[in-house]
Amino acid sequence: MEVNQKREGSALCIELVGELGHHEALDAMRSIGESIAENVPRSVILDLTGVGFMDSSGIAVVLRAFQQTSAAGGHFCVRGAQKQARRVLDAAGLGRIISFI
Amino acid sequence: MKKVINSVTLRFPSRSSNEAFARSAAAAFVAQLDPTLDELGDVKTAVSEAVTNCIVHGYRDSVGTVSMTLKLLEPAAVEIVVKDKGCGIEDVRAARTPLFTTGGSERSGMGFTIMESFMDSLSVRSAPGKGTTVRMRKTLSQRVCGGAK
Repeated sequence: MEVNQKREGSALCIELVGELGHHEALDAMRSIGESIAENVPRSVILDLTGVGFMDSSGIAVVLRAFQQTSAAGGHFCVRGAQKQARRVLDAAGLGRIISFI
Repeated sequence: MKKVINSVTLRFPSRSSNEAFARSAAAAFVAQLDPTLDELGDVKTAVSEAVTNCIVHGYRDSVGTVSMTLKLLEPAAVEIVVKDKGCGIEDVRAARTPLFTTGGSERSGMGFTIMESFMDSLSVRSAPGKGTTVRMRKTLSQRVCGGAK
């Protein structure tokens, strides 16, 4: 899985590309965590446009990124989640606590 | 009992690199029934959860064999059995509770909930020290020109 980061104005955009299962989750978590810790952004956009498959390991990855951003006082949102990924995230009720764009 | 159109059994080591293989193989086999993309995504997701459970929980301190059997049933349904001979689950009811996990930080405790949501039925048989068998079924939509031959 690829984890890319770029600036979008004052926001940090972290883009995931590939399949996100248990095998990929720990590395993805680590890379995302380092990006947020290094940049301390006011706002984080986790872009899932390139995630063609996600299982429940993705829930933990998204939640961890949300918690880390919130703990630093930042705003967090998920962008571009495809239907399959969105269904997995919705099964955990993440739509109630995280904004999706 | 529904007639079995086709079946396959795969056995592979409980290495996390085999998770993607297992879900892709399941999707390729089920594709014979001409499922919709959503249905294929559901099967891949459920298989990924079941196989990951074997790897993370069943064989948490060792590498063992995971067995996955897929049966295509008439007129258009799939039955998937994922089995390990690992440590087993002491309390299946607790394990099926949303957010329950004994895994690492990369686990959400939503595996069984996802399997239940994405498939029509799910049964879990387990005994400590003997392993776990997960059986799932899903009926697929029947399209005019679809069907395994």
